[in-house]
Amino acid sequence: MNLAEVAQNVGLPGRKNCGACHFYGGGADGVKHGDLDSSLFKPDKKLDVHMAVNGPNFSCTACHTTVNHQIAGRYYSKPAPVVHKLALPKDYGNRISCESCHSAAPHKESKLNDHTDKVACQTCHIPRYARGGVYTKMWWDWSTAGRFDKNGKMIVEKAVNGTIAYHTKKGSMRWEKDVKPEYAWYNGKMGYLSLSDTFDDRKPVSLNWVEGSYNDPKARIFPFKIYRGKQVYDPVRKTLVIPKLFGKKGSGAFWAEFDWAKAVAAGMKETGETYSGKIGFVETKMYWPITHMVAPKEDSLKCDECHSRNGRLASLTGFYLPGRDRSKGLDTIGWIVILLCLAGTIVHAVMRLNGRNKMKKEQLK
Amino acid sequence: MKMRIQLYARFERFWHWLQALLIIILLVTGFEIHGSLKLLGFSQAHQVHLFCGWSLIILSIFAIFWHATTGEWKQYVPTLENLDKIARYYVCDIFKGEPHPHCKTREQKLNPLQRLSYLVLKVFILPLQILSGLWYYYYNQWPVMGLSGSLETAALVHTAAAFMVLAFLIVHTYLTTTGGTLLSYTMAMITGWEEVEEG
Repeated sequence: MNLAEVAQNVGLPGRKNCGACHFYGGGADGVKHGDLDSSLFKPDKKLDVHMAVNGPNFSCTACHTTVNHQIAGRYYSKPAPVVHKLALPKDYGNRISCESCHSAAPHKESKLNDHTDKVACQTCHIPRYARGGVYTKMWWDWSTAGRFDKNGKMIVEKAVNGTIAYHTKKGSMRWEKDVKPEYAWYNGKMGYLSLSDTFDDRKPVSLNWVEGSYNDPKARIFPFKIYRGKQVYDPVRKTLVIPKLFGKKGSGAFWAEFDWAKAVAAGMKETGETYSGKIGFVETKMYWPITHMVAPKEDSLKCDECHSRNGRLASLTGFYLPGRDRSKGLDTIGWIVILLCLAGTIVHAVMRLNGRNKMKKEQLK
Repeated sequence: MKMRIQLYARFERFWHWLQALLIIILLVTGFEIHGSLKLLGFSQAHQVHLFCGWSLIILSIFAIFWHATTGEWKQYVPTLENLDKIARYYVCDIFKGEPHPHCKTREQKLNPLQRLSYLVLKVFILPLQILSGLWYYYYNQWPVMGLSGSLETAALVHTAAAFMVLAFLIVHTYLTTTGGTLLSYTMAMITGWEEVEEG
């Protein structure tokens, strides 16, 4: 190896470097994120205005800048910098948020700028995720894994859209593309369920949760992929457990012996954790922030997508959203008054007509 | 004896009809923004509503100036005198074909009931509508302006006022048909001239 040549050719990482892992998170193309998959190696403008090869052709490091060896981004509970100060490419600094280049008031129409305090840019500018043709996994049910056909062979079933619907090693799954995000108040901080945390197993368990609310001045409405599934847990202690997934036959590994009880026993022993010894399956969900695949402005959400009775934000309650919300009492009283006015004028008009006809008859007499 | 007099000045007619048009458009687009109907889509409804709202404010400023400088504001000074006769006319005598108890003149073109209802519209309902609209629209600037409150309150006051305006519009439009012919009051508002009893 010519180390001199290597040293003389050090450069910034390209999309291939970052994408090799981050586009394939979860085991295959597009499994995990929904907004990061192999379609971003060479995206067009429709898919990503910033990374478009026929556009600005930004690499990952254009936004994920590095200051003192710290690459900007969001990891664990630490938020991506929410101080939305400007840091244009000519500046040395953190450029991870949209506002770094676009400011908090980038729209020509002032009413749109009025939204930026409560609505993240991503909410309107990423109308759907997994738009590049690559499917992302939305549902992963581990409880059905381990079935074999009558010849003792592994089963792989495909769905109508060509994605894998069942795999003996992984269980049942559902994939989607062009997916509408779900929305939540988010101040950039996330909480994570750890192995010692207990939970209520009668409803889907959140493996992570986003922090923030309408009253939190740092929180904004943000789009998420919510990754749902079923996974193994301890039904007595109501905690998660660690199954051993791969290993040799006899090690207890699930992909060798296809026995969840053995896999969990092996996994917990190896990691030095304790559990009740009983296992079950619980439904889980996980929030994945959607922040890549920013669409061209003409494809951004139209007002009615949220400002309507059953729009995208229908389930995000606790604040007044014009077009979605109203006072049922006020509307009922209002429309009753309007109906009474209409009825009153109609009755009055009929009585005038009757009066006139009566007078005509009397004149004839 | 009947005679024709000019009741409504040119600016007054222009103001009346432009205000009518703006109010109807504001009601339609407003109820679309409210979620009661679908016509233009929220975005366009909002844009049209904003344009007409500001137009109405500018028109109102001109109208206030006109009323103040011509002295026509006196037409709206409320009176209880003969109010009972007017009320009896509309709920009773009108069906018997009896004449209207109010004699219109250039100085008293409005009957006591009109004076009262138009005054309520001008000094209560429309200002409430316009001010709540501005309050609602500029909620992002409340902290700068030293205001507080919830967006919901602003929205609900604005909605309540809209119902009042719509109720006024319905009854007012119906009452224009109670002249000599169905359209005689409307024609008077268009031409300015009306046939009245010689007092």
